[in-house]
Amino acid sequence: MAEKHSPLEQFTIKPLVEIDIGGLDLSFTNSSAMMVIAVLLAGMMLTLGTRGRALVPGRLQSVAELLYEFIANLIRDTVGSEGRKYFPIVFTLFMFILFGNMLGMIPYSFTFTSHIIVTFGMAIVVFLAVTVLGFVKHGAHFFSFFVPPGAPIALWPLLIPIEIISYLSRPVSLSVRLFANMLAGHTLLKVFAGFVVSLGLVGGWLPLSFIVALTGLELLIAFLQAYVFTILTCLYINDALHLH
Amino acid sequence: MASMRIAGPSRGKHAVNRAAPAEGGPAISDDKQEPSLEELSARLRAARERQPDDDKTGGFGGGRREGGIGLAFRMGVEIVAAVGIGFGIGWLLDEWLGTRPWLMVVFFFFGAAAGMLNVFRTMSGIGHGVGYKPAERRKPEDDGRDR
Repeated sequence: MAEKHSPLEQFTIKPLVEIDIGGLDLSFTNSSAMMVIAVLLAGMMLTLGTRGRALVPGRLQSVAELLYEFIANLIRDTVGSEGRKYFPIVFTLFMFILFGNMLGMIPYSFTFTSHIIVTFGMAIVVFLAVTVLGFVKHGAHFFSFFVPPGAPIALWPLLIPIEIISYLSRPVSLSVRLFANMLAGHTLLKVFAGFVVSLGLVGGWLPLSFIVALTGLELLIAFLQAYVFTILTCLYINDALHLH
Repeated sequence: MASMRIAGPSRGKHAVNRAAPAEGGPAISDDKQEPSLEELSARLRAARERQPDDDKTGGFGGGRREGGIGLAFRMGVEIVAAVGIGFGIGWLLDEWLGTRPWLMVVFFFFGAAAGMLNVFRTMSGIGHGVGYKPAERRKPEDDGRDR
């Protein structure tokens, strides 16, 4: 029993529909299925929630309005009023990650945010988009971003590589943070669940109570990591819009 | 809508005169003259002007939720990512220029420095950013009018 079920087994990618085009493996996997479900659920919740357009919101409409206002306030506080234009992408990212994390909390489901390629894909899109945005807004002046204000010219050869590395490490830390939190949390849950089985009826209650507490913590982390990813995206947009 | 309900009862200090009967809900059709939309948006704006002070302490997910472990983990990720990127750049440059160990070593230290810088900025900023400036405070004249 314990040998067969590794705590990492939950992260295996299983192809549901095999698609192979020109040697490229484009199979529709369980990961893709969860992504589609997340998108459909988020879209359905928001469309159904806003369809009534009631002055006094019902339950679903309240949730939709809360989510909207949460992200709108976030953008207003971090970017300012120019950030309004970027609301759609930020909101989409937030909803996608939030639903991915939350759907992963359902037993037997799959957490697509626990795969670094997924989080890195999103992070690199944000990174490239923000870089392009900085170039479009400021042109060649964008490179002044890599020179700390007021630094003597003699120090530039030292400071500029450091700044560039610091800038390039953004997508890495952004993606690793989300991926590692999800991976660690879900593995931890599985490991404790294994203790419940191996300690049996006598000693299994202690790890079981831990699992209950950890599940609550994981729900918090699922929200928090979506929030952190979103707020960092906002801060990067802010940096690109207002160079120092 | 939601912010009106929140802002209404607790801080309708200056606008109580007519809006008071409507406070239980927006069932305002009984009034002889409903509060016009301009009036409502004026109240909203007035309430929002006082908002930023409370935002920092109270708001929904105010950034302080992450405990010590989360913070420590984030710092670790920042350093490792920067060192890894620096090392990678050095490696690629060495590959390209044929100076096998040297640029790798130099950029490893650059990466370490960048990692420290990231940590320093994360901690000294508002709490999140890697950027230079703390997040732009919004100016009073463009006060999120069509949100």
